[in-house]
Amino acid sequence: MDIRAQTAVVFHLDKCIGCHTCSVACKNIWTDRKGAEYQWWNNVETKPGTGYPGKWEDQSIYNGGWVKDANGRIQLKGAGKKKGLLNIFHNPSMPTVEDYYEPFTYNYLNLIEAPPGNDQPTARPVSLITGEPMDVKMGPNWDDDLSGTPDYARNDPNLAALTPAERSAMFQLERMAFFYLPRICNHCLNPACVASCPSGAIYKRGEDGVVLINQKVCRAWRMCVTACPYKKSYYNWHTGKSEKCILCYPRMEAGYAPACMHSCVGRIRYIGVILYDADKIEAVASAEPKDLVARQLDLMMDPFDDKVIAAAKANGIADSTIKAAQNSPSFKFIKQWGMALPLHPEFRTLPMLWYVPPLLPVMASVTQTDGAQKDKLNPIAKTWTDNWLYDTSTEELWGTVEQARFPLKYLASLFAAGETGEVSLRLKKLMAVRIYRRWKTVGDIPEAKMTKALKETGLTQESAEAIFYLTALAKFNDRFVIPAAHREQAMEMLEFTGDVKGSTGFGFREKPERGM
Amino acid sequence: MELSNVFLFVGLPYAALVIFLIGTIQRYRNKGFKVSSLSSQFLEGRALFWGTVPFHFGILVLFFGHLSAFLLPGPTLMWNANPTRLITLEITAFAFGLSTLVGLTALFVRRLTNVRIKMVTTKMDIFLELLLLVQVVFGLWVAVGYRWGSSWFAADLAPYLWSLFKANPDITAVGAMPWPIKVHIVGAWLLIGIFPYTRLVHFLVAPLHYITRPYQRVMWNWDRKAIRDPRTPWSAMRPKNN
Ligand code: SF4
Ligand code: SF4
Repeated sequence: MDIRAQTAVVFHLDKCIGCHTCSVACKNIWTDRKGAEYQWWNNVETKPGTGYPGKWEDQSIYNGGWVKDANGRIQLKGAGKKKGLLNIFHNPSMPTVEDYYEPFTYNYLNLIEAPPGNDQPTARPVSLITGEPMDVKMGPNWDDDLSGTPDYARNDPNLAALTPAERSAMFQLERMAFFYLPRICNHCLNPACVASCPSGAIYKRGEDGVVLINQKVCRAWRMCVTACPYKKSYYNWHTGKSEKCILCYPRMEAGYAPACMHSCVGRIRYIGVILYDADKIEAVASAEPKDLVARQLDLMMDPFDDKVIAAAKANGIADSTIKAAQNSPSFKFIKQWGMALPLHPEFRTLPMLWYVPPLLPVMASVTQTDGAQKDKLNPIAKTWTDNWLYDTSTEELWGTVEQARFPLKYLASLFAAGETGEVSLRLKKLMAVRIYRRWKTVGDIPEAKMTKALKETGLTQESAEAIFYLTALAKFNDRFVIPAAHREQAMEMLEFTGDVKGSTGFGFREKPERGM
Repeated sequence: MELSNVFLFVGLPYAALVIFLIGTIQRYRNKGFKVSSLSSQFLEGRALFWGTVPFHFGILVLFFGHLSAFLLPGPTLMWNANPTRLITLEITAFAFGLSTLVGLTALFVRRLTNVRIKMVTTKMDIFLELLLLVQVVFGLWVAVGYRWGSSWFAADLAPYLWSLFKANPDITAVGAMPWPIKVHIVGAWLLIGIFPYTRLVHFLVAPLHYITRPYQRVMWNWDRKAIRDPRTPWSAMRPKNN
């Protein structure tokens, strides 16, 4: 048992309102620079949709992530020692600026400085790369809210899991739905970016699991851009270095929540420590697709188990970190309650950003009817049967998970390597908590039905209450449990204080050694 | 004439080597961030393929070919003693020279015509690519016009280079060479001299260590086994990540 600590993140998709505040917070702090304009370390996508960069999930285009070879061992799909070094002069699967979008601004100055004339002056869009006027054809959230459109929604790579009939049913006007998928770097346990870097510039910090690119060592071999299946390593065309989300480590070291999480309006984001067993990484990453989710959960250890605590201490994990792991909202959502899923576990990077799948569009089932009510309405008005959307009778509910507006197969392709069982279990848990709360606060559900719903999903009244609390009422310090800032260590992650230890104070660049 | 030969084949080489050594070290230490291959594939990928691949494979073979003839003149001559082997060697080298020329021309045209690439092009890039073009063109000319270069290089030029490194320069052979060869030699010294101040530096950081390292890299700031050990307060464990 080799226990390590990892900062794990949970995004609760039921709560995301798609406002892009997170993206803007991150952009303002980290990527508002030349060469990084097009980089959105945090971006929010509409699903179904093609995302950013376009169709990033389709590894037949981008060749990211790991695949199993004939011997059952995992190999990088588009990089690695052989492929990476052979393709170092020209990387065939590297996305170019068109796959993201050409960054642009507007020539606002023209509004003020245009000479007098007959026409109203305009602010033309200009490219942030060349400075030339350009037609804007693409942006970082170009598919925002565009479910059902031919260019975006219908090109979603996850639709490959559906039959043509299921696909067209999904995009019927009455059933059309979408949800938001905010994405940052997953700070994976088996990061493809780290493995692909020929220079060894990318590394995972042992203390908190943050994956970073050493800017001084990066030599622009661009392999991480290809290897990361989530396309979360970006090439800065100006500095000639790759960059990625740093999980706001300077903020975390000081005890603050990362900027995107702190600013999240929907409060969908949770961050906490997870203790995991590093000895199991390779085996778990090579698991069969249907076992991937379950095996990844096996990796995470119980922070209350004495053996785990002893092993953690032997590995130098601080008491405050262990305490944070016991209090971790991520651990609760992911492991204790089993309500979250990793994005595309079949990429085998063991991502440490997990998602609570969205319930509402899934549960909604809509039918048109000729009720008595209809006669009273304008003929073009739509009426609905009684038992749609927020149906509270449990029989109906369990029945509708499978015939949801989004086919379960769609969500399973996103979050469970195709295992619909993993998705429906989590959706039922989400619903069970609602039934429990409705029974408690409204009281129009018989207790027997409530008990049955909890029992079927393995929840208790206490855990349902705790889930409700962490979902709906949680305060800042419940959502962000960041181990007490080890300030003395935090500083040393950037600068080695031992260099000046034992001298007359800080400031010497040289060891104060005795002269000759 | 004699004086200019001394300048071009003794003064220039020593100046170039000194600039190369000191410049590289100084640049790596002070401006290490700038040591990068500065790839522009992100801005343009297709035309790059037809330039960069033939260029790099070509120039690598040519570079190591020249290097081995310099380091191992004896074995080179021995290999060339058999005409079939000599001709095979010469034709192969010439083919890679052509590949370098084609690739370099494609790269140069791309650099001059693509608007986005122009934005990441410096004056030094233009100068360097021109110098390289001249160098390759003269190299090909010499290969055709003054045949069996691999042999006379090993016989006449390798001793000249060795004499430079032995600090006892002997330029009688070089001085008597026809002028296209002289241009090629001077071009080589110029390239070595400007090397630290161009994007060529990425050659020195070629990531060969990738072959032997394990795929995953995890770095601890502290030695995690010793951090709780009361016996180690004064031991300075330098973290690897800074
Ligand atoms: S998401 Fe991509 S960039 Fe982030 S750690 Fe995983 S492989 Fe690396
Ligand atoms: S954690 Fe920080 S760096 Fe990463 S996406 Fe969020 S704001 Fe950006």
